[in-house]
Amino acid sequence: MRARFSAVAAGVLGVALAAAGCGSTSNVSNSSASSGKVTGASTVGFGSANAKLCSASVNTTPNYKNIIGVIAGGAKTISGAGSTFAAPLYSTWASAYSKAAGITVAYGSIGSGGGIAAIQANTVNFGDGDTGMTPAEISAAKGGPVLQIPLLLGAVVPTYNLPGIGAGLKFTGSVLGEIYAGKITNWDDPALKKLNPGVSLPSLPIAVAHRSDGSGTTNIWTDYLTKESPAWVSKLGGPAQSEGLTVAWPVGIGGKGNEGVSAVVSETKGALGYLESDFAIAQHLTYGQVENKSGNFIEPCIPTITPAVDGVTFPPSLNTFLTDGSNPDVYPVVGTSYALVYEHQSSKAVAAGLVNFFSWVLSTGQNLNASVYYAPLGSALQQLAVAQLKKITVSGKPVA
Amino acid sequence: MTAPAPVSVAPATAGHLRGGRRLSDRAFRAAMLAAAGIVLLVLAGTAVFLVTSAWPALRHYGFFTFLGADRWAPSDATAGSAHPNPYGIVQFMYGTGLTSLIGMAIALPVAVAVALFITEVAPAWLRRPLSSTVDLLAAIPSVVYGFWGIFALVPALHPVVDFLTSTLGKVPGIGVAFAGPFFGVSYFTAGVVLAIMVLPIVTAICREVFVTTPADEKEAALALGSTRWEMLRMAVLPRSRSGIAGAAILGLGRALGETIAVTMVIGNSVLSITTSIFGQGATMASVIANEFTEATEPFHLQSLFVVGLWLLIIALVVNVAGKLVVRRTRADIA
Amino acid sequence: MTAPPLTPRTPRAPLGAGDSSLSRRHARDRAMTVLLAVVMAVTLAVLAWVLVYVAAQGLKYLGPAFFTRTPPGNPAQAGGGYANGIIGSLIVVGIATLISVPVGIAAAIAIIEYGGRLAAATSFVTDVLVGVPSIVTGAFVYALWVTRFGFSGLAGSIALAIIMLPLVIRGTAEMLRLVPVALREASSALGVTRARTIVSVVLPAARAGITTGVMLAVARAMGETAPLLLTTLGNSLFIQANPTQRMSTLSLQIFGDAVTGFQAAQARAWAGALTLILIVLILYIAARLIGRRLNLTRS
Repeated sequence: MRARFSAVAAGVLGVALAAAGCGSTSNVSNSSASSGKVTGASTVGFGSANAKLCSASVNTTPNYKNIIGVIAGGAKTISGAGSTFAAPLYSTWASAYSKAAGITVAYGSIGSGGGIAAIQANTVNFGDGDTGMTPAEISAAKGGPVLQIPLLLGAVVPTYNLPGIGAGLKFTGSVLGEIYAGKITNWDDPALKKLNPGVSLPSLPIAVAHRSDGSGTTNIWTDYLTKESPAWVSKLGGPAQSEGLTVAWPVGIGGKGNEGVSAVVSETKGALGYLESDFAIAQHLTYGQVENKSGNFIEPCIPTITPAVDGVTFPPSLNTFLTDGSNPDVYPVVGTSYALVYEHQSSKAVAAGLVNFFSWVLSTGQNLNASVYYAPLGSALQQLAVAQLKKITVSGKPVA
Repeated sequence: MTAPAPVSVAPATAGHLRGGRRLSDRAFRAAMLAAAGIVLLVLAGTAVFLVTSAWPALRHYGFFTFLGADRWAPSDATAGSAHPNPYGIVQFMYGTGLTSLIGMAIALPVAVAVALFITEVAPAWLRRPLSSTVDLLAAIPSVVYGFWGIFALVPALHPVVDFLTSTLGKVPGIGVAFAGPFFGVSYFTAGVVLAIMVLPIVTAICREVFVTTPADEKEAALALGSTRWEMLRMAVLPRSRSGIAGAAILGLGRALGETIAVTMVIGNSVLSITTSIFGQGATMASVIANEFTEATEPFHLQSLFVVGLWLLIIALVVNVAGKLVVRRTRADIA
Repeated sequence: MTAPPLTPRTPRAPLGAGDSSLSRRHARDRAMTVLLAVVMAVTLAVLAWVLVYVAAQGLKYLGPAFFTRTPPGNPAQAGGGYANGIIGSLIVVGIATLISVPVGIAAAIAIIEYGGRLAAATSFVTDVLVGVPSIVTGAFVYALWVTRFGFSGLAGSIALAIIMLPLVIRGTAEMLRLVPVALREASSALGVTRARTIVSVVLPAARAGITTGVMLAVARAMGETAPLLLTTLGNSLFIQANPTQRMSTLSLQIFGDAVTGFQAAQARAWAGALTLILIVLILYIAARLIGRRLNLTRS
């Protein structure tokens, strides 16, 4: 009896372990199968017009001169936190700057909301928010007025996970708004089919992905939806509620940071999320093309991001949206990212360190933007940004 | 794991020593009692600080408006107006309750079965290894369970859930609760992970309850010719009902407070209640973990403290109730 | 004895009469035994599934580089390791242990050796504290400490110490109660002060059991993530050994990397998860073995 029992027990345990072992290996292959990576079949594509646009040669190494120069006595380490939209480029800049100047820049990718909160509480030397700070937010900052310095141009792209469907699906702002409002719930909805004739869209429910944290990427995306989709605005209850760092998302799965949204998209079949383009490209996720104000469907790439500043008048604070550009060949969902720096610094070392870093970013650093799929600032905006840097003072005296 | 009864084991001769030794004795005693006081201060401090941090929001919106709405929309908050309260928390209570109930619905029968197996069916030499092995489930950290849940559990759940949505989901009436689509992260997934996490505690308590069934009643049943299962059904289980109930309540209390594993697999949809158990949601603990460090809207941080306060109250009530039920069972048996 | 009587049940057939009903009952008994065994097997299988899956994924990336390097600045990049998290965990949990163990042992001494109303209240409150969700403890420490002194490893240690405290008290109190009263009486009969008795006689007798309790509390603290999100905040960039600054811990790094969509970050997170499980399991099993060697009754 006892021997029989132990035999049964041992057998049961053995089967259990074997099942666990087999289960785990098949699950590993399962998870990669549900990723957005598409091998081969690219029955969609961006089209020849976009191919011409995106292969056009654009000057990605503007070689701006650093007119401020290096200020002596800068801190050896400066800390910053904020936008995940800009995080890949910050890490590129930080490693290049550390090689060039020996200074460590520690940047925490916590979202624009977190960056604004951090600079308000003065727990970091600089913050970063893709849509800057509102006057109310600036007045809540402990250290006085905050300068907003644009550093890059980037695109927010609709990224999806559809087995067998390649990159290049066409979207319009109103269709995207209806999807995010929960009105369009299936990939084979007639509205999507009309935009993409000849693509056999599967009958799969759309798993909408959005941000769960305070996000400048969200602000750019919802600004675009507010401009283009009346359905989105009415579902959210008005233009004040339908755009912002956070909104009351009617449907969808929440992810933390661009990183988290890319996780939801790559792990969920049928997902649709909005991501900064480097996140989509570096993870080999499939993204689509979006109709701009002139009615053209544009692929997000550096030549279509750069014209977003054409015809834009920047206010004195430099804080403005760049969506729905007027150029006929511009990608419509473009944004920048603003470094948030106190105008009146208390420490000379920190002030010098900040000015040195950002003047480097605005000159040599701009040549690195394209390596992570951002566009460099145009010369007009670059000069405005440098002018902001010059406003930094310590004890009343300008640093630069 | 009962609380130590406050039985002093001090010998009767204490305190009759003279001179400097009395001083060191008294100093030592004071230090020990001070440490005990710190423990009391910690609990009191938790309650006090939660209330004072939540107070601005409670005063601005009123205590009950938080419970009156299931719409959590920090972007709607304005510093001036108090109506309507954009920080409705009902959906978080719903999420906490639903995931914990799903967890207990799965864990309780399994725990009873495992405890019965260990105490009554398994040979004596297997008892300790088996119970130690089940206890190992409690050692695995929450973040590892969440990580495993995303990549190992979710793909395994897909066929199960697809079956459930195609059968139960089509039934009129309750079908709404089982409707698709299923995107992997959901209340249900969180419930399954919770079931695994609370299983060891519920099993341990059930084991203790079964072990303390009086042997003479079991032997009487067997002597009358019952099979082992009949003996269990007649002599062990009926007497253990309140013990099992206590175990269930304590397991529920543990499930209510679980944060990280749930956050990783529940989908983080905070706006309002999702009717299907296969839909996304949020719990009281998960919304605090997600939104705390960047709650910059007016009254956002304070409202998260309101959520924390409610979580504390509910968890304490459930845990104390469970302890009372389990203790009463022990007293019966003794 | 006030035990309630057995509920009389009318069996379907008189016991022992009739082959078919007897064999039916035996069949049902066997079926239930098999069912219980299957449920037991499934439970063990789930445990094995979790451990094997984490091990399989973690071993793909685990290596010496993992323990000595910090993560790359861009989490999408491959390479790097969790050196800052491991060091951070050791520091934060270490300080938490230094805080909670003396206070916990002292409080247990107060409960067991001195008794009284304060001790009874402490005993009750200890049990209540076990039920406080760890995220709530984190919120408390945020309001108490972080609002004044900022995010820091020290704040995280305070939160973890609060979580460890009831576990240390319970474990110590159980051990103290097991020390025979005769030992205390003999010591006091020899004229030794109460304080000296406790410190030199009772505590050493309970030493191994107290160590067990502390090890289990440390294992619990190593695995905690939620309260650290609100107090230590994490630092995924460089090694920070100064507890007055924001620090990383192993659990925070795993959490941060696990929820990204980057394969490279997830690979690091799996290696981290494997490391964390190994640390916790080693502590857990060692504690159990020490406890068993003393032949203590532990349920």
